[in-house]
Amino acid sequence: MTEKDDFMKIRRIENGLVIDHLPPGKALKILEILGVGEEFGGEVSVAMNVPSSHYGRKDVVKLEGRNMDPRQINRIALVAPEATVNVVKNYEVVDKHVVQVPQVLESVVACPNANCITTIEGRPKLLLDQKTPLLLRCAYCEKVYAENELKY
Amino acid sequence: MDLITTRGLSKEFIEKTLSLAQKFEPIAREKKRVNVLDGKSVACLFFEPSTRTQMSFQAAISLCGGRRIGFGDARASSSVKGESLYDTIKMVDSYASCIVMRHPLAGSAAKAAEVAEAPVINAGDRDNQHPTQALLDLYTIKKLKGGLDGLTIQFAGDLKHGRTVHSLAYALSNYDVTIELFSPPNVRLPADIVKELSQSVKVKEVSTIGGSADVVYATRIQRERFADKEEYEKAAYVIDPELMKMLKKDAILMHPLPRFGEVSEEVDSDPRAKYFEQAFYGLPVRMAVLSLLLNGRDV
Repeated sequence: MTEKDDFMKIRRIENGLVIDHLPPGKALKILEILGVGEEFGGEVSVAMNVPSSHYGRKDVVKLEGRNMDPRQINRIALVAPEATVNVVKNYEVVDKHVVQVPQVLESVVACPNANCITTIEGRPKLLLDQKTPLLLRCAYCEKVYAENELKY
Repeated sequence: MDLITTRGLSKEFIEKTLSLAQKFEPIAREKKRVNVLDGKSVACLFFEPSTRTQMSFQAAISLCGGRRIGFGDARASSSVKGESLYDTIKMVDSYASCIVMRHPLAGSAAKAAEVAEAPVINAGDRDNQHPTQALLDLYTIKKLKGGLDGLTIQFAGDLKHGRTVHSLAYALSNYDVTIELFSPPNVRLPADIVKELSQSVKVKEVSTIGGSADVVYATRIQRERFADKEEYEKAAYVIDPELMKMLKKDAILMHPLPRFGEVSEEVDSDPRAKYFEQAFYGLPVRMAVLSLLLNGRDV
């Protein structure tokens, strides 16, 4: 089975987004980060642990009938730094890009420091400190955290 | 301009402060008054206890011809009723020309600076930063050692939670110095700070106090940071006259104070013990900071 076949495994979507090359097992976390839940309204398809020629295994998420602000999608780069976002219109991929961790993450993830002012008031703001391996620095308490220490 | 952190603080500002503090030093010694603040109100908001920082700020405001408003005990403020820091700062900003704040939560000064139009001076935000302490530490070293470049500064104690250590280490990264670290394994200087410092200065861990260090900067080790008493007792150190023999003859011993047994009182008479002199320098340095931040005025 080719990767293309795998891409098609869940039925093709007419309009929406295909978020590909997610690390295996992360699809549900990705939906959580994107805030895709009961309120979403569109159709959501998830493929987990499917074969990938590049990564061995991967997850894929398809969101039908809804577009999203690219800045919002970039938030998934925290857990899926190599994810690609395919914008589909009339069953065709019209745009494709790799996600990028934003320089500033405001109100995306909480600062894990229990003694940071943002645990009591105000919006959390984390700054990109290092891309690989990913490190984020709280704009307030200045502490630095790796991806596995963050809570969404 | 606010003074929140020494991370990224410009060498130009540091040097300007140290040079102005030198001009203020005789005024501070003689308890004279200069009218650089022109009667402006400075709010001192101490949500946490403080002796040296609070009193030296009060004295600095007074000697600079300013007026102090504020509180030295959070119980005297509406924060006990649950008022947010945002609301407190918004209100104080309309009363004062500058806000000096100590707060029990890390990052609180940066948050206050976002809210206030007046300059905010961080007087300590938990285990994060204490930038005016770093400036007075630099002043002390420069004054007593004749400069900063070429020196080896050794930090001893709890380097993980010590905000004075973090602030001074970042401030020192503007100079050609070697930083030595002496601490128990569980309270080492955080890896991200070591990594950042290593980009501009030499940083190394050492297994003994003193040695070739020109400055030994001792800090306390808190019992609550250790899982059990035995572990704490293994890690705790006491600088006594015997241990002072490990320091170079021309080295200086500093401590941000308060001390809790890690430097014995017998050491006070040793000419290398400079912590009380260091505490005094808080006055001219804070006069300089207030003067620069409020109106950029010289003496």
